[in-house]
Amino acid sequence: MTALLQLSGASRHFGGLKAVSGVDLSVDRGEVIGLIGPNGAGKTTLVNLITGVHPATAGTVRFAGEDVTRQSPWQAARRGIARTFQIVQPFPEMTVLENVAAAALFAGGAAYGERAEAAALEHLRFVGLADVAGKRATTLTLAMRKRLELAKGLAMNPKLLLLDEVNAGLHSTEIDQALTLIRAIATRGVTILIIEHLMKVVLNLCSRIVVLHHGELIASGDPQSIIRDQRVIQAYLGRRYADASH
Amino acid sequence: MKHGALVGLLLLAALCAFPLGVDAYWLRLGTTMLMYGVLAMSWNFIGGMAGYPSFASAAFFGLGAYTGAVAQKYGLSVFVAWSLAGAVAALFAAALGFALLRLRGHYFAIASLVVAEVLREIVNSATNLTGGGMGLNLPVPQMASITDQARFFYYTMLGVAALAFGAVLLTQRSRLGFGLRCIRQNESAADMLGVNTTLYKVNAFILSGVFVGIAGAVYASWVHYIEPPDVFDVLYSIKPIVMVLLGGAGTLFGPLIGAALFLSLEELVWRNYISVHTGVLGLLIVLLVLFLPKGVLAFRVRRT
Repeated sequence: MTALLQLSGASRHFGGLKAVSGVDLSVDRGEVIGLIGPNGAGKTTLVNLITGVHPATAGTVRFAGEDVTRQSPWQAARRGIARTFQIVQPFPEMTVLENVAAAALFAGGAAYGERAEAAALEHLRFVGLADVAGKRATTLTLAMRKRLELAKGLAMNPKLLLLDEVNAGLHSTEIDQALTLIRAIATRGVTILIIEHLMKVVLNLCSRIVVLHHGELIASGDPQSIIRDQRVIQAYLGRRYADASH
Repeated sequence: MKHGALVGLLLLAALCAFPLGVDAYWLRLGTTMLMYGVLAMSWNFIGGMAGYPSFASAAFFGLGAYTGAVAQKYGLSVFVAWSLAGAVAALFAAALGFALLRLRGHYFAIASLVVAEVLREIVNSATNLTGGGMGLNLPVPQMASITDQARFFYYTMLGVAALAFGAVLLTQRSRLGFGLRCIRQNESAADMLGVNTTLYKVNAFILSGVFVGIAGAVYASWVHYIEPPDVFDVLYSIKPIVMVLLGGAGTLFGPLIGAALFLSLEELVWRNYISVHTGVLGLLIVLLVLFLPKGVLAFRVRRT
């Protein structure tokens, strides 16, 4: 089986700052993979690099066998790379339905008008937002906005879904609901790369975890081996705790 | 608005009947209103729908006027000259758009403001082609009477306005209009959702240029004589913006209502307070913008 997403030596520098440096990563079709790392590790930059917001300054990104290193964000969207934002970004003057319809229309391949709206409504039902389809996106609670982001991502008909901290700021019941949703998306066959701070979420969902620290990939493996990895503990808690745990 | 096309047709019928039984003064006022209606509707594509504050209207207007005038100087018929003016304005908008629309917000506004000045200088110095500062005379159409001539230009301007209105209607109900709304509200998010933002903005810019170019050429034929300070006047950039903001940005009828309202105010104030008319008009605009920031159409929305 060929990899859906393949990063080779992918780097992104901002001036002298190496935000992401020499990352080699391969994601297979159907995989649910977790990306963790301390604050400022370069996780969001890595997502921006994959989606063309800040293209790689060195190295390559291949998606579905195609070199997409220099793509624009809108091209990424049409190729089937969808992302949700850490800070949610709905169109403020549009209804919830229109927000999702925009995703279905421009990236999901739905025709303009009723087709796009029908597709949007289906995705809203899936995430449990059908009741508020006619409301303005700005009136939603944070948990609902996160689900709206998920619906938008799904409406783009993605092959790869990049979830950037969709659970940040949610309480535990809301997180459980989100987990159920993400699992349901995964069973549809969508490949998922999930960026997360909450270990509960990552350990629950992911078959593999990769760890980013100072822009470099320091570990990759199944969840159980990752939480025992010395370099990971060091990165999160500092050398002292890593030594003490021996 | 659901019945936009129907209301538009009724309005068109009323405007068609307007010249019957009015004198030259009203015909001139009507033609001016229609011309500014075209300018305001055109600005609405880029300023209202895409949210890019363009000051390039005067550039398109002057370019259209001079294209039409020069084409007629070289013997092209008046309708061919007008069409050519539209085509040249559209091509110019496309080229300019790909260069300028990479800039956002204020930077784009400033850059677009300079374009008319540059064109004015070029026209000024290309004396052989344009007559430079001497201006250009245009052939007077052969008609039975002055009133017939006034009617002819009124109906021509009405035709251009109807074309522009049709374009607004079609755009609002299409993928392009939807994409422009996304861009205005959050350009980065629109990009992420698969909207080819540069292409969409350039399309909006072309639509904001083509009808203004035609209107400029018709204006040139209507007044028979053009010179650079007249057709590249910065007021052709500013007035349409004020009109759209008065009427309601991004809406179907807002620009038309704004144009009619603005010119009525201007005419009334000018007639009654000739010595202080710019001051009074400025005050009125400030008051309207302060108390109706979303335009007069916001009244209707609030009530329903």
